[in-house]
Amino acid sequence: MEGILNWHAALPELVLALAAMALLMLGVLLHRSAREMVSLLALATLALTAALVLGSDRPLSAFGDLFLVDDFAVFVKTAVLGAAALALVLSLEWNRRERLDRFEYPILVLFASLGMIMMVSANDLMSLYLGLELSSLALYVLAAIQRDDLRASEAGLKYFVLGALASAITLYGMSLTYGFAGTTRYDGIAAAVAAGPMATGLIVGLCFVTAGLAFKISAVPFHMWTPDVYEGAPTPVTAFFSVAPKFAAIAVLMRVLAGPFGAAVAQWTQILVLLAIASMLVGAFAALRQANIKRLMAYSSIGHVGYALIGFAAGGEEGLRAVLLYMTIYVVMNISVFGCIVAMHRQGVACERIDDLAGLSDSAPGLAFALAILMFSMAGIPPLAGFFAKLWVFLAAIEAGLWPLAFVGVLASVVSAFYYLRIVKLMYFDTPAGAFAPLHSGVAVVVAFGGVFSVGFVLLPSPLLMVAGSAARSLLAP
Amino acid sequence: MPAVGLGHYLAVAAILFTLGTVGIFLNRKNVIVILMSVELMLLAVNLNLIAFAAHLGDLTGQIFTMFVLTVAAAEAAIGLAIIVVYFRNRRSIEVDDVRMMRG
Repeated sequence: MEGILNWHAALPELVLALAAMALLMLGVLLHRSAREMVSLLALATLALTAALVLGSDRPLSAFGDLFLVDDFAVFVKTAVLGAAALALVLSLEWNRRERLDRFEYPILVLFASLGMIMMVSANDLMSLYLGLELSSLALYVLAAIQRDDLRASEAGLKYFVLGALASAITLYGMSLTYGFAGTTRYDGIAAAVAAGPMATGLIVGLCFVTAGLAFKISAVPFHMWTPDVYEGAPTPVTAFFSVAPKFAAIAVLMRVLAGPFGAAVAQWTQILVLLAIASMLVGAFAALRQANIKRLMAYSSIGHVGYALIGFAAGGEEGLRAVLLYMTIYVVMNISVFGCIVAMHRQGVACERIDDLAGLSDSAPGLAFALAILMFSMAGIPPLAGFFAKLWVFLAAIEAGLWPLAFVGVLASVVSAFYYLRIVKLMYFDTPAGAFAPLHSGVAVVVAFGGVFSVGFVLLPSPLLMVAGSAARSLLAP
Repeated sequence: MPAVGLGHYLAVAAILFTLGTVGIFLNRKNVIVILMSVELMLLAVNLNLIAFAAHLGDLTGQIFTMFVLTVAAAEAAIGLAIIVVYFRNRRSIEVDDVRMMRG
């Protein structure tokens, strides 16, 4: 397909980019009171883009092989766009309450999503870099969007500094890869890696690219920014950070390691095993002494990335499928938990301490029940969705002979069950700390969606299993 | 006198990159210095790309460098904007002051 433009392969991206720019103009021209319309139109744009993604021809490469649409890209893009839409729904009421209702907010979410779906489809180091930076730059601004708040601006500053460092590290790895492989195209790099013993420059390049992407998925030891940024950023922004960029970055890591560096599997499996073990342990133990629920969720997300990396280290179609399933289930559960956190406010002030949840079952039985279900699911208790997510990654690890990984994983999930179940105990058995303000309907929908998904997944798992399976196959055999 | 080859360029780029990284972690004074360190790292990457492009006789590296330069400009603009926002709230941009949240 060399030299063929095939621009229609990038139709969803083009539509999203043009719509985001049009909405930016609309936001400037509209009167202040009508600006919530921009958020609603942004939601519609995300839905339209997702529909175009699902309807795209595949496999199809475009722009001289810089861009690739396959089952894997479609799967991840749909999940990322869905997560962005849910995070946007969470922000509607929050932004009105916190006087954060600037029209730039939904537009930044759109641009970040655009960057993410571009990097998922990248088939060349250059297009990967551009997608990665487009999403990162929008995310830095989102972290600091509450600009009168010291904590939010500190979160933005920290995220910017460490994110820029991570980008530079990735880029240095890419430059070495380019130099020693002689090309930035994925298939060219794959050929160079497969041909005979690997050049030292390529191995160094592989390590740098992996380290930079590990920053983006906040795997230990590259996780330092996560708790601070999650705590400081406004809650709907944290909700967005914890799902969409994480899934997109892990998908990029999968595509880069399984594609161009596919022949160096022995090298990168070692890195992934170390990242997975460290992430699971830090995620389990550091969360135990947190009092702020957003910080707790930060460590919880670090742990979840560790579990997902188990499946990746196991490799093969089954391992990659397990990663995709894990991340999908994680995204749905996590966004709903953040819906509950958005709902935590009294007299117009957001509450962030875990103790604020005490006795929630008296004042808001529905919310307490949904949060309890989500916490059981996060802890991996059967028959909820979170259990199957963990089961598949552990099975893949055992089949690949990675017993130590599966062992540490089970150990870490037992430890982390403690802090998930502590929240359930607080809600049902402690003296009430006072009622929260009534639930907003958008937030309620997101929370209910996560709860129903967690419970109902066991009844109808086959569609998701099938789609994830074909996505994993398309990644391995292009 | 030996001719300047690919290895020399790569060595200079590696030194610049290391200086940038060390600058981020050792600097305890000013956030602007961190921004400069990041720029130094990106310049090291550009030098790498250009050296490889010349060595391989391939244009891709030069095009990549153009993209990196453009993105670095955008990144610096956003970084400075965030620093201004932070300064308004904190009245200081000393690195040691950026520690309201610890973890």
